[in-house]
Amino acid sequence: MSERKIGVYVCQCGGNISDYVDVERVREAVSGDPDVTVTRTAMFTCSDATQQEIIDDIKAQDLDGLVVASCSPKLHTFTFRGVAKRAGLNPYRYTQVNIREQDSWAHTDDHEAATEKAIRLVKAGIARTRLLEPLDPTVVETVPKALVIGAGVAGLRAAIGLADIGLGVVVIEKEAEVGGWVKEFGPMFPHERDGRDLIEQLLGEARRRENIVIFTSAELVRKAGSFGNYEVDIRTRGASNMTRRLEVGSIIVATGVDSYQPAEGEYGYGIEGVVTLPEFKRMVDSATGPLTHLGRPVRDVAYIYCVGSRQGESGPNQYCSRFCCTSAVHTSLELQGKDPTAHQYHLYRDMRTYGRYELLYDESREKGAVYLKFPADRPPEVTRAPGGKLEVAVQDQLTSQEELRLPVDLVVLVTGMVPRQNSELVARLKLPIGRDGFFNEIHPKLRPVETVVDGVAICGACQFPKTASESVTSGLAAVAWSAAMLKQGRAELDPQVATVDPELCTWCGACADTCPYAAIGQLDLGGGRLVATIDPSTCKGCGGCVPICPQHAISVLGYTGREVEAMIDSLAAEVA
Amino acid sequence: MAVATAAVESVKARAFRPKILVFSTNNISDPGIDLAGSSHMHYPPEAMTIALPCTSGIDPEWIVHAFERGIDGVFIASDGEECAYLTDCAERSARIFDTAQAALRERGIAPERLKMAAICSVCAESFVKYMREFDEELAPLGPVGQE
Repeated sequence: MSERKIGVYVCQCGGNISDYVDVERVREAVSGDPDVTVTRTAMFTCSDATQQEIIDDIKAQDLDGLVVASCSPKLHTFTFRGVAKRAGLNPYRYTQVNIREQDSWAHTDDHEAATEKAIRLVKAGIARTRLLEPLDPTVVETVPKALVIGAGVAGLRAAIGLADIGLGVVVIEKEAEVGGWVKEFGPMFPHERDGRDLIEQLLGEARRRENIVIFTSAELVRKAGSFGNYEVDIRTRGASNMTRRLEVGSIIVATGVDSYQPAEGEYGYGIEGVVTLPEFKRMVDSATGPLTHLGRPVRDVAYIYCVGSRQGESGPNQYCSRFCCTSAVHTSLELQGKDPTAHQYHLYRDMRTYGRYELLYDESREKGAVYLKFPADRPPEVTRAPGGKLEVAVQDQLTSQEELRLPVDLVVLVTGMVPRQNSELVARLKLPIGRDGFFNEIHPKLRPVETVVDGVAICGACQFPKTASESVTSGLAAVAWSAAMLKQGRAELDPQVATVDPELCTWCGACADTCPYAAIGQLDLGGGRLVATIDPSTCKGCGGCVPICPQHAISVLGYTGREVEAMIDSLAAEVA
Repeated sequence: MAVATAAVESVKARAFRPKILVFSTNNISDPGIDLAGSSHMHYPPEAMTIALPCTSGIDPEWIVHAFERGIDGVFIASDGEECAYLTDCAERSARIFDTAQAALRERGIAPERLKMAAICSVCAESFVKYMREFDEELAPLGPVGQE
């Protein structure tokens, strides 16, 4: 006699799962469960077509539970909760089972064991789903105001966007001046607009909007409260040190990046005439004609690409910094404009002037710049040459592997972006950091500016190396995310919070003492019978009170003892 | 890598492959375990994970229950100092660990069948290392309940 009607969908993920896990066997293994009504495999469960198929199944078969075995729950929990909701099924009667990151991809060497593990995991997902009760989100009112941390090009543009969409905005900038890197720049690609002008214009726009407040020399020193209702303390330094307490609904982090600083001796850094890309950009921006360096004319310039990027064994930065090829080519064209007779040599590993920036690369070559590809394992060497010149020795990989010695006046190390050290902010907001040290979004395609921290988004180059226009685009994505959250004036909180069984509770107060969020209070049931009660909008759902309770009266919904033990039973059982 | 592959091969050849239950946390250690898979690092497939909000919410009775049902080893992939919920998460998790180990001793279950380590959101390599080591340590103990 079946009590539940659960639909189980096993994803092939276009081979990412099905190349290693026999998904048909997984489907068959659970199809005999009396509580399972529908089982299907799908090429891509997250595709629109399959989502619709699930909705149709839920409606036609009157399903009361949903299990999707696919990728990590971090990617698609919300997708399939949405599917359930659209089909009229309570979204909290859904379990996502991770058979990709935690199965097929981790056990590519053992298909049989990966398949058995998938069967166990899916059975555990069904066991949990069998016990899930329908839950309704807790609704809270939200503060229609956003905090933007960092007033570079991304943060300023986001602030204007937020204001125009009708939200209050507080911008805090750690430095004494707004504008970040861009305010230092002269002409920028692709439209030759001056960075200083761009910042002036953005700041002017921001000042004209009454709902934007900007604090400079300011830092976030405390964050409290919950989703949609954060209380933040902003400390400003300077003539008057003071701390303001503000209420905001969302937080957008746009703290930017640092430039890679070469070590002494790295590609000759430290020798006079060896400069980084930002140093060179400043020199070219401020020149009115042919370049001079320390009083000497600069006739010959060598650029060495990928300094501090794609380091392999030689350093911590494994990533390509993306913007530097285009920026170096663009700056060399700027120099070309000021001094058409200068000789320019670009020593590269791989040129990546992606998209339309390829046109800058074409233009540079047409105007006579020389491009030489060097092997990654034999980087160019920079030495001081007699007569005040520098000499760059490089192996030319594209002709006859010839070793060339270039006499030059200036060597530009094309340095990339590196993550900025913001340990205090990271600790305060609990920001997730990725392998390369940049802040991590939840999903690069599906949730590109959201973080795992509720109500906190990231944008600009603190996320990964970006051009100014890419930074602004992500800033506007964070605006849309804030608006979606705050413009309704109310937000739905995860109902998977702790709850007390009043039958079991004998009120000892241990749970109330252990909760740092003060979510647990006392309820008088009448006749002097006192029990604990938990406020669902204050409770974070961590479960810290669960093992504290001597009566086992507390459960986190969605993670109750019965549900966890049922999952354990399925994982422990032999796979027939 | 050759050494790692050899280790995996030796596990495959072994008759007894201990079942390991991992308790992870949704925001910290589970992403670290995901990263191991995303990076195609291999660990024993008998290791299976249940993700919870926070390791401070584990009821020691669940651990006892797991061993009673035939799980050979339980690994708590804790949040350590990184927990977004509780500043004293490490101490709380340690208390849960101690309570569970005491319960195992009472029942004659080898306490070394329970292990705990902090796994951060990018700690893929250390997770894989822990799983391989734990698997090697559990093998000589044989199936739970038969020691």
